[in-house]
Amino acid sequence: MTPVLEARDLTRDYHIPGSFFKKARTVHAVKGVSFAVEQGKTLAIVGESGCGKSTLARIVTMIDPATSGDMLIDGQKVDIARETLTSDMRRKVQIVFQNPYGTLNPRKKIGDILTEPLIINTKIGADERRDRAMAMLKKVGLEEKHYGRYPHMFSGGQRQRVAIARALMLNPRLLVLDEPVSALDLSVQAQVLNLLADLQDEFQLTYVFISHDLSVVRYIADDVMVMYYGEAVEYGSREEVFSNPQHSYTKTLFAATPRADVESIKARLARKNAA
Amino acid sequence: MSSVESKTASQPSALAEFWYYFSRNKGAVIGLAVFLLVLFVAIFAPFVAPHSASEQYRDMLLLPPAWMEGGNFSFLLGTDAVGRDIFSRLIYGARFSLFIGLIVVTLSVISGVLIGLVAGYFRGRVDTVIMRVMDIILAFPSLLLALVLVAVLGPGLVNAMIAISLVNLPHFVRLTRAAVMTERAKDYVIASKVAGAGTMRLMLLTILPNCLAPLIVQATLAFSAAILDAAALGFLGMGAQPPTPEWGTMLAEAREFIQRAWWVVTFPGLAILVTVLSINLMGDGLRDALDPKLKRS
Repeated sequence: MTPVLEARDLTRDYHIPGSFFKKARTVHAVKGVSFAVEQGKTLAIVGESGCGKSTLARIVTMIDPATSGDMLIDGQKVDIARETLTSDMRRKVQIVFQNPYGTLNPRKKIGDILTEPLIINTKIGADERRDRAMAMLKKVGLEEKHYGRYPHMFSGGQRQRVAIARALMLNPRLLVLDEPVSALDLSVQAQVLNLLADLQDEFQLTYVFISHDLSVVRYIADDVMVMYYGEAVEYGSREEVFSNPQHSYTKTLFAATPRADVESIKARLARKNAA
Repeated sequence: MSSVESKTASQPSALAEFWYYFSRNKGAVIGLAVFLLVLFVAIFAPFVAPHSASEQYRDMLLLPPAWMEGGNFSFLLGTDAVGRDIFSRLIYGARFSLFIGLIVVTLSVISGVLIGLVAGYFRGRVDTVIMRVMDIILAFPSLLLALVLVAVLGPGLVNAMIAISLVNLPHFVRLTRAAVMTERAKDYVIASKVAGAGTMRLMLLTILPNCLAPLIVQATLAFSAAILDAAALGFLGMGAQPPTPEWGTMLAEAREFIQRAWWVVTFPGLAILVTVLSINLMGDGLRDALDPKLKRS
């Protein structure tokens, strides 16, 4: 079976032009990353701020081109630097952003936000569009009465649900989730993650889930890739990576996760008393 | 009043919210009232004005205002050097002033917003070229540039309006460009792009509506600036030509009577002052109501 998304040796360089005082230099944001995601699976990309996670997300969603390397979606090669994207290709990958407050157009009603992708990409009539948007609204746990409201009337979790609904309107193959829950509080995080898991089962969706929260990753991921300064330092199934981390950065990352179970608290207290 | 309040409590409509913030600024409400009065008078000028704007009463030259000695209640604000009723001329003049303001603002808003949108959206070399041209226009004193343009195009109301529009253009371009640049990087624009929206759709339907608030404020302020500039051009003999009852032109005709008939210069000047002031106050109120940063709670 061909994977939904396959990346071979993707790199992305940013050229910073020089000025009178500084020499021009090149920043390597992503340095040769390869991975593949099968249909219905979730790949989690983990790493600290500035390690190239979001750059990778922009490459995968075809917002920015890769400097070199190949990206295949459903076995088809995509290169937006050389050729313009067909609308069929566009529809296959959609994205959900981190910040729920910037992700929805403040001047548009929820209904207009949800139907816009259909207006752009399809020739469906207005009634049909409305029906589909309503159905999607209910699927993500909102109600019909929310259809005519503006984004500022919603909470962060609700907005993120709308953003997910908008991404799903075009029946994409691949959904890129760029830290979709890190701006939400814990109970809402759990609700949105459960929603994402349900939707994945229902539509056989493939996720690329970008996060820095390991507990979230442990819950949702099938495969995990750890990035460090633009390189993939660890890549494997969730069990492998979590039980037997190879790279020193991965070990540091796991050690940095706060532990609140009784055993570790007792151990900490024992260490403190001993000292 | 109570019914309006209960409605806003259940579902605060955009208009109700706007009026709430606008009406808290007393100056703005007064400005709006005066502006509406001027607008009414201008529209219904033939019914409101007691005389025609160009009819000359040869036996009543330089008649003082009605409340002064020798005044006549038929000529409320007196007559000018050729016996025309100043009050009626002012009323007809309001038509010209509002017309000038409207045309100038429409011209400079449409062209300025489009140019600014292109500059802010595409950036790069296009942006550099556009902004340098705008900087050059801004480097001239505005009235001087308008004068030069009118001198090239030839004096007259239409050419004066074109010249003033061009002088006002850079403000709209810069404002639009700045707003577009901040909006362009936001996630909802990128999401629209990922959904397949083209350049035109992104520029006009996604980004532009979110940049409108500062533009509306600037448009009202430009409206009054246009009236002022047109009056100045008229006064210098480069705007509307006599016998058009334009306020600036009326001032120019009356210049030689400043010493012996003060009312011929005072009332057109006052008309300009009151109209411009009321529109500026209204613009300030609009800014208070539309700028989210100035909203309390």
